[in-house]
Order: sequence, then C-alpha cells, then structure tokens
Amino acid sequence: MGAAHDDGTRATGHHSEVTLTVNGTPHTLHLDHRRVLLDVLREDLGLTGSKKGCDHGQCGACTALVDGRRVNSCLLLAVTLDGCEVITVEGLTDGAGEPHPLQRAFLDRDAFQCGYCTPGQICSAVGVLAEAEAGHPSHVTDPATAPGRPVALDAAEIRERLSGNLCRCGAYPRIVEAVEDVI
Amino acid sequence: MTGTGSALGVPAERREGRQKVTGGARYAAEHPLPGRVHAWPVPAGVARGRVTAVHTEAALDLPGALAVLTHDNAPRITEPDDPTLAVLQTPGVPHRGWPVALVVARTPEEARAAAEAVRVEYAVEEHDVRLTADHPEAYEPEKANAGFPARREWGDPDGAFASAPVRVDVSYHVPPLHNHPMEPHTSTAHWDGDRLVVYTSSQGGTAVRAVLTALFELPEDRVTVVADHVGGGFGSKGTPRPDVVLAVMAARETGRPVTVALPRRHLPSVVGHRAPTLHRLRLAADTGGRLTALTHEVVTHTSRIKEFVEQAAVPARVMYATPASRTLHRAVRLDVPSPSWMRAPGESPGMYALESAMDELAGALGMDPVDLRVLNEPEREPDSGKPFSSRHLTECLREGARRFGWDRRDPRPRARGEGPLLLGTGVAAATYPVLVGPSRAEARALPDGSFVVRVNATDIGTGARTVLAQVAADALGVPLERVRSEIGDSDLPSAPLAGGSSGTASWGWSVHRACTELADQLGSRTGPLPDEGITAHADTAGLADADSPYARHAFGAHFAEVAVDTVTGEVRVRRMLGVFAAGRILNARTARSQFIGGMTMGLGMALTEGSTMDAAFGDFTEADLASYHVPAHADVPAIEAHWIDEEDAHLNPMGSKGIGEIGNVGSAAAIGNAVHHATGVRFRELPLTPDKVLAGLARPVTSGRGG
Repeated sequence: MGAAHDDGTRATGHHSEVTLTVNGTPHTLHLDHRRVLLDVLREDLGLTGSKKGCDHGQCGACTALVDGRRVNSCLLLAVTLDGCEVITVEGLTDGAGEPHPLQRAFLDRDAFQCGYCTPGQICSAVGVLAEAEAGHPSHVTDPATAPGRPVALDAAEIRERLSGNLCRCGAYPRIVEAVEDVI
Repeated sequence: MTGTGSALGVPAERREGRQKVTGGARYAAEHPLPGRVHAWPVPAGVARGRVTAVHTEAALDLPGALAVLTHDNAPRITEPDDPTLAVLQTPGVPHRGWPVALVVARTPEEARAAAEAVRVEYAVEEHDVRLTADHPEAYEPEKANAGFPARREWGDPDGAFASAPVRVDVSYHVPPLHNHPMEPHTSTAHWDGDRLVVYTSSQGGTAVRAVLTALFELPEDRVTVVADHVGGGFGSKGTPRPDVVLAVMAARETGRPVTVALPRRHLPSVVGHRAPTLHRLRLAADTGGRLTALTHEVVTHTSRIKEFVEQAAVPARVMYATPASRTLHRAVRLDVPSPSWMRAPGESPGMYALESAMDELAGALGMDPVDLRVLNEPEREPDSGKPFSSRHLTECLREGARRFGWDRRDPRPRARGEGPLLLGTGVAAATYPVLVGPSRAEARALPDGSFVVRVNATDIGTGARTVLAQVAADALGVPLERVRSEIGDSDLPSAPLAGGSSGTASWGWSVHRACTELADQLGSRTGPLPDEGITAHADTAGLADADSPYARHAFGAHFAEVAVDTVTGEVRVRRMLGVFAAGRILNARTARSQFIGGMTMGLGMALTEGSTMDAAFGDFTEADLASYHVPAHADVPAIEAHWIDEEDAHLNPMGSKGIGEIGNVGSAAAIGNAVHHATGVRFRELPLTPDKVLAGLARPVTSGRGG
C-alpha cells in the first residue's frame, strides 16, 4: 500500500467544464468524464436525495428530471448534459419549502417505508404525469386511444409506467394510491 | 396492561416522513464529512483457493488512488465471532466474491477504476457448490438457526405413515434468495482524533459498536455508531457485514473519512442470502382428515467458514396437531457464500413447503383446505406441549375466507377460465414466533411539558420513531405530539436489533417501563421541574428475556387469486388478502404497510425471485436487479391486509406481537396453491416462472392425490 497521486486533475483530457442548472441554480463544474449525473448531484452538489441503489439503471432510485423528462441519473454521463436543466426531489418543494402535492400524497398514503426508493418514485411519478398529459402511450394504453391526446391514468397505467422504480419494502399499492390522489 | 390507550393503535404519520419524501433524510453514505474518500472492494475471482499475489502498482499509479489494502498490509483485527468479518486477514479464499483487496481513492470513479486495475493471482483448488438432496457430505447439525434443535421427533412417524389411508409424500425446492434492500450495504468511517464515528446501514447499531470495539480493540466510549435512516435490511443488515469493517480499516490506513458502499453486484456474495432448501414432506391422515403423521425433512447448504442452517422444518413443530412427527435439518458445507437471515428465516421457506403439502393433502382427501387446517388445530404447541398465549389461526382463516369470498369457490382444479387464461384461488396459513430481547431506554420530562424518550432503536422502514413515541405517550398518559423520540445512535441507551420481528416489542417494553417510572416520579413531586428536567431509566434484562410458560406466536391466513396464461406460461396475481392475529396493532398505518410489504416479498418468492449457483464458476448467476427479479409495480395488484383484535396478556406491556415477517410467511404457498387450483398442475419448485409453467402445462394432467 502507499500513497499515489493527490491531484488527479493532472490527467488532462479527462475533465471538462460543464454547466448544469439544478433546481433553478446554475452550477459550472470541472468534471471527470466518467462522472454520472447521480454522482454530480450527490458528491459535487450535496443533493443526496437522489439515491444510488444499483448504479446500473436497474432500480430507479436515482430518478431525476432532465429538461422535464425522467431519467436514471446513474446512467447519464454528466459531460453530455451541458446546458441542461435538472430537477431533483429537493427541487420539488415550493419556494416556501412546502411539499409538492405528490410528496404530500406519499405522506398521506404512507407510500414508503425505508424511504430509499422514495425520491425516485416521486420524481418518476412527476414525469409520468407529464408524459400522460402529453399523450405518451404505455404498454397498457388502449391502442384505440387518439394519438397525442392526454392518456387517462388508471391504476394499471400507473403501475406500468412506474415499473422502472423498484421498492423492496413493498409500498407499491400505496404508491399507486398516492399518484391517483393527485390526478 | 396499558395506560390511557389514547396513542396506541392510532394511525400516526411517520415522524421522519417529510424528510424522506423531500430528500432530506441522510443515509450512511450521505453525511457531509470534509475530505471523505471512497473505497471499492476487489472480489475473489475463484471459488476456492488462496491468493498468491496481489499486484497493486497499476492501481496505485492511477489518478486519485490513495491506497490498496490486501491481506498483506491491512490492519490486523481480533478474530471475530462471525468469520465473514475476518476480511483481508489471510490469503484464503472461502468462496467467489470474498473481498481480497480494497482500493481507496478520492472519488467513486477513481476507486472503481483502480479496483479494476488490481491484478490478483490465485492458487486454485477444486470447488463444490452443488446442493443435492443426497449429497454425500450432508450432516445433521446440532442446532439450526436461532438455536432450534436440528431434529425433533415424537410418536412413530414412519409406521403411522405406512399404515395411513391417505398420504402425501412430496418434495419442494426453494432456490437461493437475495435480500436486496434498496440501499446497498454502506458504511462511512471517520476517525476524529482517537474517536471512531461510523455511519452505517445496519439493523442494529449497538451490535455494530460491540463488534467494532472487539475487532479494533477500542474502548466502547470511543466508538459511536450512527444508523439514522436505513434503506431496508430484511435480515441482511442484522449484524455487521464486511462493509463496516473495511471502512474502519481504510479510514485508519488513510487518515481520512472513507465510505464503503458495496456495489449491488457484490451483495449476493458478501451480505448473506437465504440458503436453498430441499424439502421432503410426508403427511398422513385418516379418512376424516385428521393428521396421523407429519414428517418434514430439509436439506440446505452452508459455507465452509460459517454454519448457518435455515430452520425450515421448525414451523411444522408449531402448526398442526399430530400424534407422530419428525422434523429434521441436514446441511452440506459447500464452497458458497455464507447464508444468513432473510425475512422470516425458517418460516418463509418452511411454510411454503408445509402449506403447499397441506393443500395437496386437502386435494387427496377431497376436503376444503380451510376446513382441513381448522380440523387439525392443536390445543397446545405440538412440540413443547406448552399452552399458546393466544392462537387465532382459525379466526384468521374464517375471516379471510369471508372477506375473500372463499365460499363461492368451485373446489375443482382447472374449472375457471377466461380465454387463454386459467383462474384459481389458494389459501395458506402463516406463523411467526414472538421474539423479544432486553433493552435499555431513558425517558425525560422537560419543564415545557414535553417529553423525550431515548433508545438506540433502528428504523429500517418500520416507523420505529413513531411507534415508540406512541408507546411513550400511552404510558405517560400525554398527547402524542408532546413526545419526541431519539433513536439510531449508539450513544443512546443500548438496544437490540430491528430483526426477528422483535424491535418494537423489545424497545417498546423498555420505553414503557422508563415512562411508567417517570410518570410515578412526576406524580409524587410538586413544583416546577428543574431546567434539565427529570429522567427515568429502564433496563428490561431479566424481564424481556425471561422464559415464558406459554408458546407465543403470531398467526395469519393468506388468500390469493391468480390468472395463468396458457399461451405464455405467465402467472399474474390478481389479488392477495391476508388476515393476521398479531396481538395488539400499535400503529394501524405503518402496520398495514409492513404486512403488505411482507406479502409483496412473498409474491416475489412465488413468481419472480430465484438465484442460481453456477456449478462451474461458484457464483450466483443472478447477482443484480436486472437478473434477480424483485417484484415491480406491474407485478403487484390489489393487496389487502387485515387483522383481528387479539388480546394477549402474556407478551409485553403493549400486548403486541411482531409484524415485520409474518406477512411474508405462507404468502408464496397461497399463490402456488392458487396456481394448482387454476391449472390442475402442481409445481413444486420456485419461482413459478413461465418456462416451468409452460412445461408443466404441456404434461398430461393427473388427478387424484395432490394433483
């Protein structure tokens, strides 16, 4: 064992300057090209609400919104996101710190236990509401639905669209109820 | 029993809920510490052997790399009681995935890249990871997990079986299962002068502190373990796991705060798993349906370094009256990762097998499976002969049947369909023991009229903060909002883990006792309180762990409806309903969530979850969440959990039984029994994935005993 380098930035060509607007605040960061959005949020900006459950896009705990669309932030290299607008669970509360209606509904329905998947579930649900409103169909959407029209979200639609967000505590039925509460 | 009763049982909202939904709750990797760096373990790439060389130069030459710990240079630790914690002490490799090095670097990317640059050479030995029912090295251990005797026997089970008019002789197979809490096992260690502060994702910080003080030879008052918010555990964080030992080693070596967040793919090989269980059940009955013999024999695996024997035959000692019984565990030591606790160890796989076999017996008798269970209710616990402190299984079965609409069921298999779908319903019983351990607690009354209870409980998602405040408010006879609870820090009064469905009973008992004492003090004094308030302490040692003359268990009943697609082989659960008798329910809101969560994990066990030990490589092939399928939203339909009001004066001052695991027990059997009812085919190997179901549907349907 022994110390090696205390200044990794000397490896030139492996870092770039990237500007991200996160929850309304612009940040210009000198980033390792390997750094994913999730680690920018957690390590560089101290926004630990976005969780690392698998680091492979398999669990959804890291879900955030980039330019209004939900993403697995563990799969996005931050260097590709210059100029993007990012919303995390911390950015959903209003200016006075009051919870977003979905956050309130999760509390009302006890739609979580350990809480580790919860920020991802909530950000994902915000994305779901916008996608349905914009007329994006899902696997369970009736093919006869008029294209481009808002899709009505019933329990089956919510379950299908949130299936990228795993919850090991088994809060799924309560999460679906919480999302139904804000439709 | 209890005080005013005003706060107990109410559906109080989780006290940390707002932090959790807004992203403010901090887990083990998320505490801001200046200079914190990251470590990444290097897992062994062979199933058995010895490390002969670790080449670290290339790794240390990478940007950001700070150190590589190996068995040559890692800090020596005192030999742990748990051999899985003896990491980086010897060159031995007991199984694939065992940590053989730990790389520390400034960032997660640098640590990961450097770990990949470490090259390890091994002297490889032949390995054996294949569990078979007739493995030549199978042995009968003295004890199974939790101290249960490996074998119990009464009457003449073989003779009774041989002469019985109705018999079921069946084998069931439950594969290895992984806990996979959403927060991977994570620890951050920080030396503050000669004080060690550890943030860890654990089900019990008091035990973590005890282990660390022993391993690193530190006085207890120089170690603080914080487990403020924990992202699930399901048994796999019940005791310290290697992450916390590695983090402390790395922090000591580098002089910096270090986080070890185990990568998801590393978890199956280092944090424990539910061992596979091979079950053989022989049930014999008279023509009226009364059991005359019950034999449950289990073969399971354990590792070379640790004996852990899943006590899957133990629930058969509790469930049904029978004049003859044998329950037996055999284990095989293999070159596999060490198994450990996963939600309801023993009961979960054991009741899957027993309750499936009971369904087969009902079929052989032509009897309703609810009636069969009710008929075989024992008056006393069959194994011990003790009276039950309370047992309301019959009530759970009857109430569940009523709510589920069981009386409308056509008992004939394969009688209902919808196009290509076959529909069926199933039932199974549940049981889980009442466990409780000694705990300390402190209760303080403050001059402003508020109260604080302090106990090193851990909230892994159960709502411990909330329910302990309810227990306190009840004992003090004050409104809930005047009570604050402090948990999750080893500087608080010491307490046992959140495990074995025992947390609330154990912590709550000491909180209740401290608050009762505090109420007495307040009642006997006049005048204002001093600024610091007045404090009462409690320790339930000798009380909570006293032997009970009663057999104490929770019971329940599961009902499930499934649709089986005859084209794709896919099984979909349409609804699940559970009714539980678990003493007094202390928080209706959080209790319901726990029951439903347990049932959901049972759905996974029945339909989606299964791991395979690769015989050639000695590795779990389903090591991540893309290949190991925990249930997702779309898998989980309407799930209802109900309970019956159960008064039991032989438990603890709150009158509660544990609820964290029983929802998981029996739920897989209810689904499997529903699949049999739908298809007429009995599947005896979990999970019921489309490949197995299609193959089963292609076989000619047999009628008669057990289908």
